[in-house]
Formats: sequence, C-alpha cells, structure tokens
Amino acid sequence: MDKKTFTQHISQQYNDDLEHIVTRVMTMGGLVEQQLDAALEALVDGDQEKGEQVVTSDYRINAMEVELDEACTHILARRQPTASDLRLIMAVIKAITDLERIGDEAERVGRMALHLLDEDRRRSPMAEIAALGEQIKGILRGALDAFARMDSEQAVRVAQEDIKADAQYDSIIRNLVKHLEDSPKSVPPVLDIVWATRSLERIGDRSRNICEYVIYFVRGKDVRHISFEQMAEEATGDRR
Amino acid sequence: METELKNGSVTKAGVTMPETQTTRDQQAVGRAPTKMSATDLNLWYGETQALHGINLDMPAQEVTALIGPSGCGKSTFLRCLNRMNDLIPQVRIRGGVALDGEDIYDPSVDVVQLRTFVGMVFQKPNPFPKSIYENIAYAPRLHGTGTSRSELDDLVESSLKRAGLWNEVADRLDTPGTELSGGQQQRLCIARAIAVNPEVILMDEPASALDPLATATVEELIHELKDNYTIVIVTHNLQQAARVAGYTAFFHMGQIVEVNDTDTLFTNPAEQRTEDYITGRFG
Repeated sequence: MDKKTFTQHISQQYNDDLEHIVTRVMTMGGLVEQQLDAALEALVDGDQEKGEQVVTSDYRINAMEVELDEACTHILARRQPTASDLRLIMAVIKAITDLERIGDEAERVGRMALHLLDEDRRRSPMAEIAALGEQIKGILRGALDAFARMDSEQAVRVAQEDIKADAQYDSIIRNLVKHLEDSPKSVPPVLDIVWATRSLERIGDRSRNICEYVIYFVRGKDVRHISFEQMAEEATGDRR
Repeated sequence: METELKNGSVTKAGVTMPETQTTRDQQAVGRAPTKMSATDLNLWYGETQALHGINLDMPAQEVTALIGPSGCGKSTFLRCLNRMNDLIPQVRIRGGVALDGEDIYDPSVDVVQLRTFVGMVFQKPNPFPKSIYENIAYAPRLHGTGTSRSELDDLVESSLKRAGLWNEVADRLDTPGTELSGGQQQRLCIARAIAVNPEVILMDEPASALDPLATATVEELIHELKDNYTIVIVTHNLQQAARVAGYTAFFHMGQIVEVNDTDTLFTNPAEQRTEDYITGRFG
C-alpha cells in the first residue's frame, strides 16, 4: 500500500493505528491462504493430517476477525475518519468479513476431504478440481496483493479471473451430475465433492468482493452488483 | 470603502447587479434554488488580499458549511454576506454578492434593512444586558415590526419557541439574558436573530464555546431552522459540518478549493487539498 496512506497524518498515533490494522489484515489473509492450501492438499491428495489441521485451525481466523473489528471500532470512535481514511476502514471491515467466510469455506473443503479419505479419487474429476483449486488460490492471492498495494487495476484483473473460475466450476458440476446419473450408488461421496467444489467457487466470489473494496478505497466508487465491464470502467476510467 | 462590480447588468428595477449566472469556473452546488451567491468576490484588508475570486452559490433552505484552517478567509467571507466588513476600515471589496439575485453592495441598499434579511449569530453568545424578553423585543421594536405589547408578546413567544428555548424560560422572561447558561444564551441570540424575520442566518462558530450537550442542542436547532431559513455556518469542527450541513465549502488561503454536497466531500472529495485537510494531513 502507498506509504502515504499512513505517514502523512499530523497524528503519528493515527498513522500507527491504521498501519497496524492493515498489517493485521494481511496477516489474516496469510492465514486464510494457508488454510486453503492445506484444504486443497487434503482434498486432492487425500492428506488426512492437512484436513484435520484445517478443521482445527479455523478459530485463529475467527479470532483475528474479532480483533480487527474491535480495532476498526476504536478508530471510528476515536478518530472519526473521513475521506480515504474512512474508505480504508470500511474496506477493512468488509474485507475481514469475507476473509473469515473464506476461512469457513476452506474448513468445509477440509471436512469434505476427511469424508472422502477412503474413496477412490480416480473416479471423481479430481484433476479438474485440483486445477480449479489452483485457479482459486491464484485469485485469493491476487485479491490479497491488490489489497496490500491498493491497486485497483490488479483488482479488475483478479475479478476477471473469477469469471473464468466460475465457468470451470460449472463444467465440473455438469460432470458430477452426469456421474450421479450414471452411478446412483455413489451419491454420498459425490455430494461431498460437489460441496467442496462449491466452496472453492465461493472462495473465488469472496475474493472478488475484496477486489471490489479495493476499488472502493482507491476510486471512491461502489462497484458491487454491477457488470464486470462497468466495474472495469469505474476502476480504470477518469476518477470523476 | 471601495466597491466595484464586475460583469454588471441592469435589472428591471434599474439596479446594477452582478451577473449571477453560473460561469465556467463557478462552484455551483445548487440542487435547491440559490438564495445567496458570491460572484468573483475579492476582498483586501489594506494591501493584503484575503479573498481571491470567490464563487459560491448558497442554496435556499439548506445549511452550507464553510470549513478551512485559521486565516483561510471563511469568516471574512461570511461577514461579506451581510456587509459586516463595511465596519472595518481599509477593507476593499470587488465582485458581487447577491441575495435573491439582487446585489447587496448596490449603493441603494439600506444596510440596516439588509441585516434584518441576513441575520448573524456569533461565536460567543452576546445577549444584550437586558431581560430575556427585551433581548427578543428590542430589534422588532426598533424596526417597527412589533408595536403593541400583545404583538411583541406573540413575537417573543414564537421566536423563543422556534429557537427551542421557550419551555426553559417561559416563566422567567424578566430574568437578565446574561444569567442563562452558555447554550441557552446562544439559543437566545438565535431567537433574537429570528425575531426580525430574516431569510438567511449566518453563524460564525456558533457552538465553539459550548459543551457537547449544548452543542448538540444548537445543532438540532440548526437542523430544524433550515426548513424556514437559509443557513451559512462557519465551523472549525469538521464533524459539526458533517452533521449539520447539506453542502460544504472548503476554503484555503482565501480561495475555495472545493464545494460539494457534504456526504461526497467527507467520503470522496475531489481535491487532494480537501482530502489532506479533512483527514488531518495538513502540514
């Protein structure tokens, strides 16, 4: 993030408070990335240890959300932030909610992976799911990078990647449905795979949300619930 | 005092007035019709220029806040709006200020009459050393708008009610105004301004000498008054501007940097200098 965001207040304490908050968001983002990595290893490779690790570690992300909410509340109460400071705090409050939910989705992937430990992975479209997982990891990393640097153009590129991931998700789900039709006996494990795939897709969507907050911070424009083209225009066109 | 007008035009009444149509660089914010407007307003204290080409439309029945660092010209500008600067020697003004499109600096304008249309409330409550009743009744009696005792009684009651003070003082109207609390004194001054039936009320840091509760009461009063009056308020308290004003103008070094609706100015200002000031990054 542009150092100017934190270094130019007359109040050094204010600079420190804001810098602390953003640093903690990035730490939280790092934890969420670790959880997603572990969840994917559990799902794709059948790594039981990683699956259990994901399920038992989610509380750390939840605790960070609570801590950051409190820090933002203090800033609102004590500093009455305005303009870019206010947009930063709003972006943080929104982003940590999505990060916490991404943590929950990773935990769900881990749980589904534990259900599937004894299943034959060759029967399911695991290669496609692994590819989707890599795509989603890239999207999450890209969103966190965009947030760290408050880069609205990067945010648009990440949002575009999420559109591709959604298409990949649709294709996997179609295959899984066909699989269910062909072999009705495999309903329980395939449903677990559907849930896990669905969670990956949701992580992509929530990463896109974080990108929208980056654009809100940088451009002062609310780009939620509009088309990708409109979002790209707001993020890169003339500011006013 | 020298008064020059630029872009003069002649009205139906034959009075020369400045062009108040929005010019290319005019900082018009108006959604509501304009009540007062400044056009290319420049002001000098002797050789020192304090206002540089101010263009500002102040919408009717809205609160317009003027913010900016000390010495930026916001109070000087406020005082131009009812010609209070006429009282300061060596002040020179060029440009125009219009009330309902009529130039208030026209030589034919009766300044005393103008100040009944454009009242003022000051930073420090300054009730007359008279009873609460007389504080309100004094000006109407002077202007001949209230002559009989019953007319004055009604006017005192309605003014105090509009200022939200009636319930607190109704049973002690003979008490000296100076014995009221600071917040009550300020509301008495607002009631006094209202009593002559103004159209515009200028407020120069009206709550800066008050505690937070009295400030909240005055701010609530401002909110209620805007239904009937056009209000222009100078404040150092940014949160106060954010709370009470529909529009906010940021002054810096005698110029207007930005005018915007208050929500936009405080969340997404257009100018970096505004951003720096309202976020506390001003060096």
